[in-house]
Amino acid sequence: MLKAFAHYLVYSAFGMAQGARLSGALEFFIYDSIKIFLLLAVIIFGVSIVRSYFPPERTKRILSHKREFIGNILAALLGVVTPFCSCSAVPLFIGFVEAGVPLGVTFSFLISSPMVNEVAVVLLWGLFGWKIAVTYMSAGLSVAIIAGFIIGKLKLEKWVEAYVYKIQSMGAAINTVKQTFKDRLVYARENTTDILKKVWVYVIIAVGIGGFIHGYAPDDFLVRYAGNGNPFAVPIAVAIGVPLYSNAAGVIPIVYALMEKGMSMGTVLAFMMAVTALSLPEMIILRKVLKVKLLAVFVFIMTITIIGVGYLFNAIL
Amino acid sequence: MEIKVLGPGCANCFKMEELAKIAVKELGIEATVVKITDIGEIAMNGILSTPGLMVNGKIKHSGKPLPSLEKVKELIKGEA
Repeated sequence: MLKAFAHYLVYSAFGMAQGARLSGALEFFIYDSIKIFLLLAVIIFGVSIVRSYFPPERTKRILSHKREFIGNILAALLGVVTPFCSCSAVPLFIGFVEAGVPLGVTFSFLISSPMVNEVAVVLLWGLFGWKIAVTYMSAGLSVAIIAGFIIGKLKLEKWVEAYVYKIQSMGAAINTVKQTFKDRLVYARENTTDILKKVWVYVIIAVGIGGFIHGYAPDDFLVRYAGNGNPFAVPIAVAIGVPLYSNAAGVIPIVYALMEKGMSMGTVLAFMMAVTALSLPEMIILRKVLKVKLLAVFVFIMTITIIGVGYLFNAIL
Repeated sequence: MEIKVLGPGCANCFKMEELAKIAVKELGIEATVVKITDIGEIAMNGILSTPGLMVNGKIKHSGKPLPSLEKVKELIKGEA
């Protein structure tokens, strides 16, 4: 039905010539952007409702004093549905540690939350198909679980700034207002419009790349330097991605362009993870609670794990 | 009445502060709006996601999306 609508719009409403390159691209563009916006709206709305049941306060209680490994898995999964923005990383970190969430488990949460979320998954699904979306999601969760687990095993609590352990929150002040289902629907609607407002530009750009640059881009350049033939493609892509800062939506146009130019799937997904999970601004924020040594260990473990995942996917996809 | 806006200084925290101030004005009540930007103090108040809004020491809102002006007024009135 959507296809027919796009077809009608381009050839009947705009009166463009059949078979021409531009009209074909436009048809694809209209179809794809509507499809992705519908997907985004429906899925963000659904996830927001789930999300309203898992405010950070609840997640904190669930994870408090959890055993390692099980805790890491739970934390990575909760990271997907618990709302959290990087500007809240520090209060969240302190709150978790103070509530007795193990350090490694806290890290699993901090890693998975920005990297694996409904926006990333929907965009990958809409643009590249569900297999890639599922692949990315499982890879992201694995990275969060493994990296958090290793950090936990290394017993690095001594490299957390000492004041963090001295803070005692006035836990009694926690808001216990009961939410009705209608409240949750309102929250979901607000959250959906909030996110759509933020990501629509990136979606248009990404779909635009697909529709208009498709076929025009010289595709041998990147293939030669970062394609399957180059064994160092993954580490290079990750090294470029680590300092860059963007949310999942912002990196999607770049991801699309890289794929169009022939970079292999594992390399592109590793790049996307490096961009969303690690960034210079986030390190500066986390520096307030972590000593430089722990930050360095964190970045190192993440980089190695992401590179590993990139190689793995290049080998199996 | 004491109203606290807690946030390290992101765009949403400024908006939250604005909202709180407008709400106080429109309600015509006696209240001070205090901005808390110190990370340790934010955490100490039990706020996990910023921006947070506290009225008389009780957490009324935390995180995004921001409440509407009407909602903020309601939250404040609930404590008046």
